[in-house]
Amino acid sequence: MSATQRHHIRVSGVPGAQPVLFAHGFGCDQHMWRLVAPHFEDAYTVITFDHVGAGGSDPAAYDPARHGSLQGYADDVLAIVHELGLDDVVLVGHSVSAMIGVLAAVAEPDRFARLVLVGPSPRYLDDDGYVGGFTAADIAELLESLDSNYLGWSRAMAPVIMGNPDRPELAAELTESFCRADPDIARRFARVTFLSDNRADLAKVSVPTLVLQCSQDVIAPVVVGEYVRDEIPGAELVLLDATGHCPQLSAPEATTAAIAAFLRG
Amino acid sequence: MTGAASDDPAFLYEHAPCGHLSTTPDGMIVRVNDTFLAWTGHARDDLVGRRRFVDLLPVGDRIFHETHYAPTLRMLGAAREIALEIVRADGRRMPVLVTSVLDRDDTGRPVGVRSAVFDVTERRRYEHEVLAAKRRAEASEARAVQLAQTLQQTLIPPTPPRIPGLDVAAAYRPAGDGRHVGGDFYDVFQVAVDDWVVVLGDVQGKGADAAVVTALARYTVRAASVDHHVPSEVLHTLDEVLRRADTDRFCTAVLVRLRRVAGAWRATVASGGHPLPLLRRPGGGARPVGGYGHVLGIVPAATFVDTEVVLGAGDALVLFTDGVTEGRRGTLLYGAERLAEVVDAHRGTAAATTDAILADVMAFQSDDARDDIAVVTVAVG
Repeated sequence: MSATQRHHIRVSGVPGAQPVLFAHGFGCDQHMWRLVAPHFEDAYTVITFDHVGAGGSDPAAYDPARHGSLQGYADDVLAIVHELGLDDVVLVGHSVSAMIGVLAAVAEPDRFARLVLVGPSPRYLDDDGYVGGFTAADIAELLESLDSNYLGWSRAMAPVIMGNPDRPELAAELTESFCRADPDIARRFARVTFLSDNRADLAKVSVPTLVLQCSQDVIAPVVVGEYVRDEIPGAELVLLDATGHCPQLSAPEATTAAIAAFLRG
Repeated sequence: MTGAASDDPAFLYEHAPCGHLSTTPDGMIVRVNDTFLAWTGHARDDLVGRRRFVDLLPVGDRIFHETHYAPTLRMLGAAREIALEIVRADGRRMPVLVTSVLDRDDTGRPVGVRSAVFDVTERRRYEHEVLAAKRRAEASEARAVQLAQTLQQTLIPPTPPRIPGLDVAAAYRPAGDGRHVGGDFYDVFQVAVDDWVVVLGDVQGKGADAAVVTALARYTVRAASVDHHVPSEVLHTLDEVLRRADTDRFCTAVLVRLRRVAGAWRATVASGGHPLPLLRRPGGGARPVGGYGHVLGIVPAATFVDTEVVLGAGDALVLFTDGVTEGRRGTLLYGAERLAEVVDAHRGTAAATTDAILADVMAFQSDDARDDIAVVTVAVG
């Protein structure tokens, strides 16, 4: 099966133009970019995809060994880049996909032109003077929270977050799949996401990098965004006046403008 | 309570049997009802205009809120039955289910969020018990499957069978997904110099009960073959042992005694209710060899027939269970004729013949065999 099918890849925008690859974070799927990605279609090739286990991806492609580390997810991104024959790639990674993007760009720097890291965190756990914002007990609690909401049932029995039938303009696919995942994979992905430590990878990034930081983010606080900026050579940080961890939803105009300005610069 | 009060919208809001919260689109609390305050112990002034909804959650739930709840609410306009905990003023936690809707203005811009909060303390305890029970059941099943697979491995020889001077190959495929112990077995063992036994059988049923009978049959054949030199006598012993055993299960088996006399292999074949082996000779088609006997473990005066053949160069004997011939595709049976055709068409090594049979019968059933399959081929090189 091709990467295009595995990851439910969608390509839009200008064929042959510089590719902008949007990678979603833990919890939801490529629809997270719905309010931002279309604004780049007039000048770029826009690519969105689902990580294995999320949205419209093929759950059979999930491999506990490969996806037991963020490098496995980065390898998935590189497989997409290779299959589509992409060069000069702008990778926009949200949340955990910021670090997945870092790993991909470190592995094959020649393929990537720029990185945009939205709400990045290289290490969620506090660690010997480093402030990540979370303790191991917090992460154990998150896993419990996932269990409460997925109830540990099968994929077919996990109607956790239902859509709103009052908004017919949303595609049926969106209401059926958004933020719903195979419970077992979601649990494993949560572990990998929140227990990884990628601080040492930041200094290896050699492409121009933008950190997009929300002013109030309980998952990736400002101090973490600043750490990422300081560790990646030459990186710049734009502070968005936005609350929460998903500025592409809560402040889509400001997010779009910041990315566009960085790509022009 | 007066009738007037229960009709009053303000009363209905403040004392609704669920908590009500209104927030700005980014979660700042702008209105909260008395029920929520009574449940959580928070003062209105400590919440309104001062705290966001996410601030009332424990850390783990905050992550779920940010990665699931908030995106869903923003994208879909509603989030339903989200399981969270609210941290009360005294630090204790209250399990809740939250359902929220996003309000928009005429231009579609989000203007606020309204949430209903339900106390689910009892239900959450029950859910945790159910979840724990499900985990225990899964762990228990995993252990049972492992036990079944371990047991299965003891019922067939641990290494591929080998007889000096003969080319032997065997295949075994348990039914379905291999999670249960099957009833088929085979064994190849030496009795004396140039004196070997090949046995292949099928115990009725599957599972642990069948495995007990399978083990009994296999070791009875081994023991009986030391004193009895013709297969029919070994089958008599096995029949008697099974009839006396504390089981209702019966078994079929085919036994081949192989002796090399003056450089030539002589095969004596006997069957206890089992499909007869196929004998294939160079230049000829495969045909059954031997005579039928009774099923083992049922009939009081069972009889068995010994048939002796001399195996020459290029000859092959194929032993198989009815998992081969009774393989099904819809209403179609695989059948003895198709088996004979495959045996005729693959005349290489014993392994080539065995593998071809297994592959063909599995393909016939679209790789989903309902019965165990066992095949042993003995060829003279």
